[in-house]
This record gives sequence, C-alpha cells and structure tokens, in this order.
Amino acid sequence: MSVFLALIRRDVTLALRIGGGGLLGATFFLIVVLLMPLGVGPDPAGLARIAPGVLWAAALLACLLSLDRLLQADHEDGSLDQLALAPLPLEAAVLAKATAHWLTTATPLIAVAPALALTLNLPAPAYGALIAGLVIGTPALSLIGAVGAALTVGVRRGGLLLSVLVLPLYVPTLIFGARAADQAAHGLPAGPSLLFLGAVTLLALAISPFAAAAAIRVNLR
Amino acid sequence: MRSIWELANPARFMRLSAAALPWCAGGAALALLVGTVWGFFLTPDDYRQGSTVKILFVHVPSALMAINIYAMMAVASVIWLVRRHHVSALAAKAAAPIGAAMTAIALATGAMWGQPMWGAPWVWDPRLTSFLILFLFYVGYIALWAAIEDPDAAADLTSVLCLVGTVFAVVSRYAVLFWNQGLHQGASLSLDAKENVDDAFYWPLLAMIAGFALFFLALLLLRTRTEIRRRRIRALRMARARAEEAREGALEGAADVA
Repeated sequence: MSVFLALIRRDVTLALRIGGGGLLGATFFLIVVLLMPLGVGPDPAGLARIAPGVLWAAALLACLLSLDRLLQADHEDGSLDQLALAPLPLEAAVLAKATAHWLTTATPLIAVAPALALTLNLPAPAYGALIAGLVIGTPALSLIGAVGAALTVGVRRGGLLLSVLVLPLYVPTLIFGARAADQAAHGLPAGPSLLFLGAVTLLALAISPFAAAAAIRVNLR
Repeated sequence: MRSIWELANPARFMRLSAAALPWCAGGAALALLVGTVWGFFLTPDDYRQGSTVKILFVHVPSALMAINIYAMMAVASVIWLVRRHHVSALAAKAAAPIGAAMTAIALATGAMWGQPMWGAPWVWDPRLTSFLILFLFYVGYIALWAAIEDPDAAADLTSVLCLVGTVFAVVSRYAVLFWNQGLHQGASLSLDAKENVDDAFYWPLLAMIAGFALFFLALLLLRTRTEIRRRRIRALRMARARAEEAREGALEGAADVA
C-alpha cells in the first residue's frame, strides 16, 4: 500500500512541477468552453440548453490532453521497466497512475466547472448534478485513458491515435454525465443517470487496470 | 478434419482455405444474384414506402454483417490471446476492413432510405449513432494494427483493444437508448416476434443475408491467406538479413585475423 501511495505522490509531484500540471488542463477546459458561445452565439437561453453537454465534452477533451504523457515519459526514461519489475503488481501501478492522473487533471476541472457553468447560464438546480456527475464520472475517463495510453505507449507520436482509440470508449460516460445535469436542469431527478454513470465508472475500474497492464507487458517485451 | 484447432496450423489452413474459397465465392455470387433479382425485380412495392423499401435488401444484410464481424473479431482475439494461434490473429486483422466497409454501406444505404422516408439522410437516432460509434471502433482498430511494427505485439495490443472495445460497444449500444428514443424501426426478422417482415420480402432477404455472409467468408479467407503469405515474406526477409549480417561479421572477423 505504501508503494502504491508513493507512486501516486511521485506522479502528482511530477505533474505539478513539470508543465504546469492541472492548471494547464483547466485552462484548456476554459478555452474549449469559451469557444462555444463564440461559435453558437451569446443567446443565454440557447447556452443554458447546451451547457451540460458543452461542459462534459470540454471535460472529456481536457482529460484526453494529458493522457499521452501518462506512460510515455516513464517508458522513455525506463521507469516503466522498473515499475514492471517492482513487487507492486503492474495492475496496481496502473491504478496508481490513473489515480494520479485523476487528481492532477480532473480535480482542477471539477473545481472550475461551477464558474464556467455560470458563464454558460446553467440553470440553478443543475449545479449539484453537474458536480456530482463530474466527481462520479471523471475517474472513468482517467481509467479508460490509461488503457489507451498503455496501448499506444510504444507508438511514436501516438497522441492522435490515442484520441481515436479512447474517445469512442468515452461515449457512455458522456451520455450519462451530460444527461444527469440536463435532467436536473429540467427539474427531473438526476439520480438514475448518476447511478448509471457510477456503473460505467465501476466497469472501467474493473476492466482497465487489467487491460492496461496487459498492454504495458506487451510493450515492454 | 477432426477438430477446428487443426486450422491453427497455417499450412493446413492454406490448404483447406484454398479448397473452400471457390465454393464460398461461388455460393456468394449465386445467393447475391438470386437475392438481387428476386428482391429488386420480383417483389411488390410497399404500399407506403414505394420502391424505396428495396433498399432493405442491401441495408439489412450489411448492418447484420457489420455487427457480427465485430463479434467474430472479438472471438478471434480471445483465441489469439489464450491459444496463441497466429491464423486467428491474422483473421481478426483481415476481417476489420471488411467490417468497416459493411458499416459504411449500412450507414450509406440508411441515408439513401432516410432522405425520402424520414425527410433527412441522418438523424441522431440510437441505432444510427451506435453504428457511427461502431465505425469509429473499426477505424481505431485498423489504425492500431497499422501503427505497430512488431506483428506479435500488434496482434496482442489490437486484441486487448478489441475486447475492451466490445465491452464498451455493448454499454454504448444501451446508453444511446437512454439518450434518445429514436426513429429507426425495431427488429422485424426475429424468430420469436409476433410481427415480422412480410413473406414476400422475407425469402429474398434471407437469400441476400446468406449471400453477404458467404461473401464475407470468401473475402475473409482471401485476406487471411494474403496476410499469412505477407507474414511468410517478412520471415524470409528477416532470415536473409540475418544471414547477410552473419556473413559480413565472419568476413570482418577473417580480416581482423589476417
């Protein structure tokens, strides 16, 4: 367990000290959200209608942005080989790296999401569902992303390939997450969507560490 | 043949597939010819859809194949990961572009039918959307095969992707139902449904489905044979390069001694 926590601490420290860490991801999130009113027009009612979907799609893209460095740097400098040799199972190492990715990428997004929702005129009852949805759903983004990162770690300039592989896998998370906020905005109960969202995250938690660890083993062969 | 696993031997697979290929291709040609003539010229127009109903003779079989080819790839991936039979991995690789093409045909024929019938070639309906996602799965799978040089590593990684993709494809299929109720009609070929497609359309449609399945099988055998031959060429080239390297090493060694 202490190795697990040490690995999380190492990855968080690295992310914070190199390249601005979560701040850059949150800024990217802000820019994508900014593009939407510029693209579709400033009408408050129209923005309120699309706000949940825009925020979720922007969060997806912001999570995607940092995924190609999730394992690549460790692969290049050989730390990934050390991790594979360490007593900690590779599956647990993947889980630790995904947790660190979630802490450095998703938590800043969740922190700034209410402010951005305000600019998009999100109806007041939807805030709770939006934040709850992001808290429940974004771990799935990091976990699924770890599989994509593990599959493409041996590919030079695999960033674009990673996006093509990972984004279709994000569909259920996006649907249930945006749906929860959307239903709350219309005064409907968000509970069922949030439960489905939790189910997707648990499914990702059950599959991803094993799939990603298998892919890393192939890439280290 | 005593067991299906005997096909795992590439030499035996080449022999058997060479014998099976003309039969599959001939059967496909016959079934497609019968289905096309019967379906397009000998069935009545629908009382409401007119002659556009006949698009179903291409649309339904291609959609059916699009899903089943992905399922076949998932099974082949499991076989490769568990039993390490190269033919299995190569069959999955060979099937992917055919599946992508079938998905594209289903989407295109659906758009041709949707334009006059729904008034729009594309609507964000659950079935249409899940097919678009399926197409993206195929593209990602093909791209991953193309991106990795070592064939065994590529086979392993694409198999992992295919299996993870299968899980999320199924989840997406039901998630999109949650998202939009949709316009696409339900299944009308089920064995247990009360109301199915009329008999006049049923039999030519079955002929077309058989034709598409045989056509897929013929293409799959052909493409898998090509992949096996390509693998052999690669192995021969590697062996030659290694032999040349060894000879040069020996010459250098001789020069050092002299």
